Amino acid sequence: MEANITLQKIQENFENDVIEVHSRFQQDTVVLASSSLLQVATFLKEDPELQYNYLMDLTAVDYWKRKPRFEVVYHFLSVANSFRLRLKVPVAEPEPKVDTLTSLWPGANWYEREVYDMFGIQFTGHPDLRRILLYPEFEGHPLRKDYPIKRRQPLIGPKH
Amino acid sequence: MFLNVGPAHPATHGVIQIRTELDGEIVRKADVEIGYLHRAFEKHCEEATYTQCFPYSDRLNYVSPLISNFGFAAAVETLMDLQVPERCNYIRVILSEISRLTDHLTCIGASAMELGAFSVFLYMVKAREWLYELIESVTGARLTISYGRVGGVKADLPEGFEKECRAALKKTREVLKEVDELLTGNRIFYDRMRGVGVISASDAIAYGITGPFLRSTGEAYDVRKAFPYFVYDRFEFDVPVGEHGDNYSRYLVRMEEMQQAIRIIEQALDSLPEGPTNVDPEGEIIEPDLMSDLGKYGKTSGLLKNEVLIPPTLQGSEKRYHDRVAAPSKEAWLPPKEQVYSNIEALMNHFKIIMLGHGLRPPEGEVYFPVEGANGELGFYIVSDGTDRPWRVRCHPPCFPIMAALGSILEGDQMADIVPTFGSVNMIAGELDR
Repeated sequence: MEANITLQKIQENFENDVIEVHSRFQQDTVVLASSSLLQVATFLKEDPELQYNYLMDLTAVDYWKRKPRFEVVYHFLSVANSFRLRLKVPVAEPEPKVDTLTSLWPGANWYEREVYDMFGIQFTGHPDLRRILLYPEFEGHPLRKDYPIKRRQPLIGPKH
Repeated sequence: MFLNVGPAHPATHGVIQIRTELDGEIVRKADVEIGYLHRAFEKHCEEATYTQCFPYSDRLNYVSPLISNFGFAAAVETLMDLQVPERCNYIRVILSEISRLTDHLTCIGASAMELGAFSVFLYMVKAREWLYELIESVTGARLTISYGRVGGVKADLPEGFEKECRAALKKTREVLKEVDELLTGNRIFYDRMRGVGVISASDAIAYGITGPFLRSTGEAYDVRKAFPYFVYDRFEFDVPVGEHGDNYSRYLVRMEEMQQAIRIIEQALDSLPEGPTNVDPEGEIIEPDLMSDLGKYGKTSGLLKNEVLIPPTLQGSEKRYHDRVAAPSKEAWLPPKEQVYSNIEALMNHFKIIMLGHGLRPPEGEVYFPVEGANGELGFYIVSDGTDRPWRVRCHPPCFPIMAALGSILEGDQMADIVPTFGSVNMIAGELDR
C-alpha cells in the first residue's frame, strides 16, 4: 500500500496527463500521455521521497487494431524504497514517436534501440537510433503483429 | 588503429563484436555490436501456448536455464493467481541456487582460463559437472531441461537427491577453497584484474545494471532480499558487496555468492517439507504400463487410488509425489502421464491444457515478475489477452544493460584488458540476443 504514494504523487502533479492508474496484481501502473513523459520521468527520478533511480526495463507492446496502436512500457525501480512502477505511454500510428530518456538514464540508449528495431517506434532526441539485434538491411519490424512469423528476408551478400 | 574484436574471437564467450579504436595499446573508443544470436524468442512465444514457451526459456541463459524456467512460470502464476505448494517452492529455490553455482563456476573458470590459469578452469568445470549431474538426475537433461511448469515443476526430486546434493556441495566447497588459494592471492591474477574494468556505483545504476556486476561497486541490491519470491525470505544468507567495482571485486563477489548459494541450498535441504501426498497412501503399487493397460481395457475401478512408481525423469512424473509439487488448480497443472493413459478425466484435463485452442488461459492483464538470475535481475513482462497464447512476452535479460555499458567501461583500459573485463560481464548470448 505504501507504494501508492507514487500513484498519488503522480496524480497530484500531473493531473491532466494521467490517463489511467491501477494496481492490478499489486503492480502500480500509470498510463500517461506521451507529451509529459520526460517531465514525469524526471520527477520520478528526482523527487526526494520517491527516488526511482533505476530504469529497469523499457519495451513496447503492439496492440494491433486497437487505437492508439502501440504502448511503450517503462519499468522503474526505487532501490531505496523497494518500489516498482510501470509507466505506459500510448503511441499512435503513423509515425509512432516518443521522447527519449537517454538524458536521464544512459541505459535507455540500448533499450530504445531495441524497441526501434523491433517495433519501429522513433525516439526523438536519441543520439544513435539504429538497429541493434538485427542487421541494417532487415526489412520491417518483426515484433509488430502484422509481421508474419514465417516471412522471409531478402538475401544480402557481402558489400565488397 | 581501428581493430575488430570478434565476432569469432575465441575469447568472446558468445558471438559478439567489439569495434575498437586503439591508440597504441590503449582503447580509446569501443563500440559493442550484439545480435548475432537473435532467435526471435519473444516473437516465437507469441505464437506458442504458455506451456510451449518453457523450452524456449531454457535457451535464454544456457548456463543456468532453471532460473529462467522458474521465472517464466512464476510470472504466469502471478497472472493466474496460483499458489504453488511449499515443496515446489523449496525445489525451485534449491535448483535456482544450484544454477547460480554452475553459472558463477563457468564465469570464473572461463575468465581465469583466458588469463592463463587453465587448471582453475578444469577444477571449476569439474565441480560444475557434479552439479550438472544433480540437475540431470532431477530434470533428465543438462541444458534443455524444461523443468518448470505453470503451477509447479515437472516432477519431484528423485530418491536420494538430498544425499547426493550434500555430497556434491561438499566437494564443490573444496574446489572453491582450492581455487581461492590459487587465484585470490595470485600476483599475476591480481595484477590483471585489480583496477581494470572499473565502473562506479552511480554509473552502474544509471545503466540499470544489477547482479554481481552492480554489487561489486558496493550497492547491495539483490532481488532475493528486496522483493523476496519463492521462499527466499526464510533463509539466512548474506549479499556480498565489493568495494572498487573492478574485475577483482567482481571475482570476489562471485566467489562469495557461491558460498552463500551453498548455504541457502543446505538450509533448504534441512527444512524441505514433505507436503501433501497422494489420495490413498496405502494404495497398491503397480507397474505404470500395467496401469495404463488396465485403463485402456476399461478396468478403471479403483485405479486412481493406486500408486505408480517410475523415475521422474521419464515421460511421466512420479505420481506418488505428484500432488506435492503441483498447484491444486486443474486449469494449470498437467496430470501425470500414467493417469492420462488410464482415465478419461486426466486425459481431458491433459487435452484442455495441451491442445491448441484450449490451453492455459490466464485472465487479461499484464505482469512483470523479477527473479535474481545469476547475472542480475531477470524479469518477465507478460501481457495476456485472455487467450491461450501470450500477447507479448518480454524478457528483461540481466546482461543487456551491462553490455550497453561495456563500451564505456573498456575505454581507457589496455587492449589486453578487454578479455578479463568481458569475462567478468559473463555475457550469455542466449539471453542477451534472445
